[in-house]
Amino acid sequence: MSGIWVVLEEREGRIGRISWEAVVAGQKLAALTGLAVNAVVIGAQTDTLAAEVAAKTLGNVVRVEHPLLAAYTADGFTLALQQFIEKERPAYVIFPHTYQVRDYAPALAARLGQVLIGDVTAIGEGPVFTRQLMQGRLNGSYRHTSDGPCLISVQAGAFRAEELAAAATAAAEVTVFSPSIDPAQIRTKPSERFRGAAQTVDLTAAQMIVGVGRGIKDADKLPMVQELATALGAELGASRPICDNGWLPMERQIGSSGQTISPKLYIALGISGAIQHLVGIKGSQCVVAINKDPDAPIFEAADYGIVGDLAELVPVLTEAVKAAAQQ
Amino acid sequence: MKIIVAIKQVPERDAQVRIDAAAKWIEESGLQYALNESDAYALEEALQLKEKHGGEVVVLIAGPERIGPTIREALAKGADRAIAIDCADLGKLDALGVARLLAAAIKPENPDLVLTGLQSDDLGQGQTGVILAELLGLPHSSLILHVEKTDAGLTVKRELEEGWFQTIELPAPAVLTIQSGGNKLRYATLMGIKRARSKPVHQVTAAELAVDAAPVVVLERVALPQKQKSTQILSGTPKDAAAALVEKLKFEARVL
Repeated sequence: MSGIWVVLEEREGRIGRISWEAVVAGQKLAALTGLAVNAVVIGAQTDTLAAEVAAKTLGNVVRVEHPLLAAYTADGFTLALQQFIEKERPAYVIFPHTYQVRDYAPALAARLGQVLIGDVTAIGEGPVFTRQLMQGRLNGSYRHTSDGPCLISVQAGAFRAEELAAAATAAAEVTVFSPSIDPAQIRTKPSERFRGAAQTVDLTAAQMIVGVGRGIKDADKLPMVQELATALGAELGASRPICDNGWLPMERQIGSSGQTISPKLYIALGISGAIQHLVGIKGSQCVVAINKDPDAPIFEAADYGIVGDLAELVPVLTEAVKAAAQQ
Repeated sequence: MKIIVAIKQVPERDAQVRIDAAAKWIEESGLQYALNESDAYALEEALQLKEKHGGEVVVLIAGPERIGPTIREALAKGADRAIAIDCADLGKLDALGVARLLAAAIKPENPDLVLTGLQSDDLGQGQTGVILAELLGLPHSSLILHVEKTDAGLTVKRELEEGWFQTIELPAPAVLTIQSGGNKLRYATLMGIKRARSKPVHQVTAAELAVDAAPVVVLERVALPQKQKSTQILSGTPKDAAAALVEKLKFEARVL
């Protein structure tokens, strides 16, 4: 078994930020295990990606390359990485926890007789891998107990890309691994990606945002929230369940499947703080949480919190904001 | 179209969870349980496909005795029958162990489509459907919002990150994991609840399915998250708290 391999993912022609975070997780694991960190890029043409990785001199880089890997398919990526892992026999394989990884890594692990430890937020002595349970209310410590490769994926934002350290070795060695893939083995046919309905709301640039979640209970409470937003000069956003219910349009959704925001002020009303929402608000300068559940994980992410009933709190907060604006 | 929907019973969303004495899992006594949310969307998608194309919807669930009400709920919403895998210690299995149980129950049914929610609200691993596809040797796609039956198989709408989507064509049978929000969920009608009582529930034990369940990944310990940020909690009457908050936002955080 040889070392730690991080599978990096391409985003718009470059290595995505979350992939660098996965490398940092790999380096953390390397410090605990004494193993070396190496990188894998995968696709039909990976020379520029490999060069981007090699420039950081992290360790060796392998280009897993095949014409049938031009577009992502679960079948193609699973086959290619299965062959690579069986040849290289790594001790650990680390992925960024992206939608793409969620789509194939569990199958890849199963094919190897393993189980992916997904969405890891911390790595400790053992090694023990921490991931969230019960929608972020609890942490679970997981240990890999088989002698095969241990596959983990790391949550966005859990490790800091800025902590990336260059390896002590000189220039990284870049090699190509060519998996054998037959066209018939790729059973799904993906289209080009597309946007939903025309995006008319740009929350990414908004300076003030009021977000509303499941705790609102009733759609007829929305005008009350809109009044607060208006008083603040804020845009209205929502967590996923509100958009799923059709109470607000999908384009107002904040989180991993919606928009990523970075306002001066974000006020989360009745939002429990599932990780999918929290990754979307990380860039906020100041976060306020109002929720009736004092244990809601949103309070973890908040600078200021009020525990209480929205129906009582929101109208008086609106009045207080209006009064302050007149001073 | 014969559709199997794999569902899970999870602690109710608002339930107050406490860590058990051994710090291995949560205290289950006194806890209320419900149908996992994205599984409810998977069931809804299956019921709509059946309404369009005919066929049968079979729900598949594994768990201890308490799963009864969740099975009845699915049947009352319109599933035709259920397969219940009696498994008292589901929590001791890893994702592969659970998927092996489900796959063993699915295989003899030869379904045209297998659906499940994209992740459970308790463990949140989001792996069962994808592993099921691997074990059944079927193509799959995950985070699906819409399913259309075509002559060649299926065309599905897959959610990507940051508001992007993708259409995927795949042959049937296939396994799809369903994202919440693609459809509006139905409620069980009184008639549905009545009918559910006479619908067949096939009981099978985990032992009868005879799968290899030795875990390769173990949940060793459950703990409360450590506080990383110092959150100022503002208390008092709603009016006092609101006034204090505006004060803080204006003069401390300087964002108003």
